[in-house]
Amino acid sequence: MGSVYKKELRSYFCNMQGAIFSGFLLLIAGIMTVLYNLKGLYPNFEYVLSDTGFIFLLIVPIVTMRIFAEEKHAKTDQLLYSLPLKGTDIVLGKYFAAVTVFLVPVGVMSFYPLILSLYGKVNFAAAYGALFGFILLGCALLAIGMYISSLTESQVIAAVISFGTLLLLYLMNALTSLIPSTSGASFIAFSVVAVLAGLLVWAMTKDRYAGLFTALLAESVLVFLYFKFKDSFAGLFAKVMEKLSVFERFSGFVNGIFDLTAVVYYLSIVAFCVFLCVQSVEKKRWS
Amino acid sequence: MIEVRNLVKNYGPHKAVRGISFTVEPGKIYGFLGPNGAGKSTTMNIIAGTLAATAGTVTVNGHDVYAEPLAAKRCIGYLPEIPPLYPEMTAEEYLTFVGRAKGLSGSELAQQIEDAMDRTGTQDVRRRLIKNLSKGYKQRVGIAQAMLGDPEIIILDEPTVGLDPIQIIEIRDLIKSLGKTHTVILSSHILSEVSEVCDRVIIIARGRVVASDSLDGLRERYTSECTLELQLACPEEKAKELSGALSRVADGLTVKTEDAALTKLFLSYNGKRDIRSAVYAEVKKSGLPLLAMIPHVKTLEDIFLDLTGGDEPVPEEEPDAPFAAPSAPEGPEDPDGEEKKDEDDKDGGDGYKPLFG
Repeated sequence: MGSVYKKELRSYFCNMQGAIFSGFLLLIAGIMTVLYNLKGLYPNFEYVLSDTGFIFLLIVPIVTMRIFAEEKHAKTDQLLYSLPLKGTDIVLGKYFAAVTVFLVPVGVMSFYPLILSLYGKVNFAAAYGALFGFILLGCALLAIGMYISSLTESQVIAAVISFGTLLLLYLMNALTSLIPSTSGASFIAFSVVAVLAGLLVWAMTKDRYAGLFTALLAESVLVFLYFKFKDSFAGLFAKVMEKLSVFERFSGFVNGIFDLTAVVYYLSIVAFCVFLCVQSVEKKRWS
Repeated sequence: MIEVRNLVKNYGPHKAVRGISFTVEPGKIYGFLGPNGAGKSTTMNIIAGTLAATAGTVTVNGHDVYAEPLAAKRCIGYLPEIPPLYPEMTAEEYLTFVGRAKGLSGSELAQQIEDAMDRTGTQDVRRRLIKNLSKGYKQRVGIAQAMLGDPEIIILDEPTVGLDPIQIIEIRDLIKSLGKTHTVILSSHILSEVSEVCDRVIIIARGRVVASDSLDGLRERYTSECTLELQLACPEEKAKELSGALSRVADGLTVKTEDAALTKLFLSYNGKRDIRSAVYAEVKKSGLPLLAMIPHVKTLEDIFLDLTGGDEPVPEEEPDAPFAAPSAPEGPEDPDGEEKKDEDDKDGGDGYKPLFG
């Protein structure tokens, strides 16, 4: 793991990606700090982070698109797979390198509240709590991007799909609010998700029966629950989506709430994506 | 050392490898020979553990590559067809990365990198970025990478493709020297390369092993049947009078009439025994005008083409680049002239390949 980590870290700073990532993040964070703290005279650094979050949509794909797609394209993945390394070594080495690249600008940003405190009273707990949430959010998004990169040989496709996925996650709340809060609408929305899950399983396993089985299983559970607890379906989809929204969970940290479930939630996303990524790496070796 | 049993790999409906089995013994250089698309790279990738087989087993030093991938991989140094190099690293950084990934560290790592660079002749380029290196040096860095960790087996997939002739010779010499300390498996579609470097050859075609033997064994097995073509300027009946005497010398004889003035006799004989002078003596005795005497000897090239070509073997009698000059004078030639012609034939030319060339 260590060797892959070092190699990846080098390549981030030999290529432009590390610099672009850090540069954009610091640029937006700097602009927001000037707007809120210096011009707006708010003492709350957490608002800065809240409004900086959208830049992840652009910079996460920049970092994650190359992680696996580039290796596959240059056929250097054959080297990694022929070395005595486990799939988890390769994936975690790469993931931690990406996280390290992310932590560099965050490290710089962690001085902002200290600087601001020279000119006023800053609530450090809220500011650093939000920064912690910001780190978790970034780590989760990096893991999602890395998984998407492991699915394709093309960096461009990886970048576009990552961007699209992050955009959907970002707009998830706005999109779910379009769905009426009646129990029937919730049921239909869940059904669509079940079908999509079936299609995803089909696409990943290339086994149409597995996909069909997944969709039917989810659907039948859904029908059962719908007729059993019809009333509680009202507005349920929106509620579930809100709980699952990656960006929404971060707003709790911004509002000064250190939500342990959110921490667990982000770490679960990381673990899940790393797991999928390991499977996607191992799939080529042991089909 | 490496046991490959009934290896099968399908890419969707396409069957790339259809049941390959072979054994690799320690201390030899193996040539993995086959035309493009025969399944060489696929097989090597499976042995090196970068690709999963659809069916079949590969055992490296007793470690199954599926059950104990790490133990198997530690025994193998692998250079894929496209050298897996990171262009933004220097040669030394790259080797350091690979060495660390193979579990080396500290002075052992430094020592092994020095050794690998010495042997591959990459000391001069150690601080240069890999993207700026020539193809030959890239290939050498790739081989150096495979040598790190001191694996017992080194697998090189088409290591000389795209190199200039001098680089090819240098890489071949390097492979020969590697063969003294390691078991080397080398794939190639170039026969001369394999015949120069390797002790044993595994020929595969259309996803199957079609021959697996030492080079001498291959030659022995397939060049023992030689054919001598005689062109006589006479009608068939006259030539047949000669056939009785000739069949005592040769193992088999067929007659083929071109036209009234030209008859071809094909004598089959064992390549270990040269019958040409005996045949000539018989022809001279009969007084028939001999236009040409052409030995058809199977070269390794022919064997390779036969084994890897279409599903039917190439017919042996196929007259390729006949020597008989169209302007050859008709009528009896004086013996000296004929001798001279024979000499010319022996010295080569396109159609005649020296025995066991």
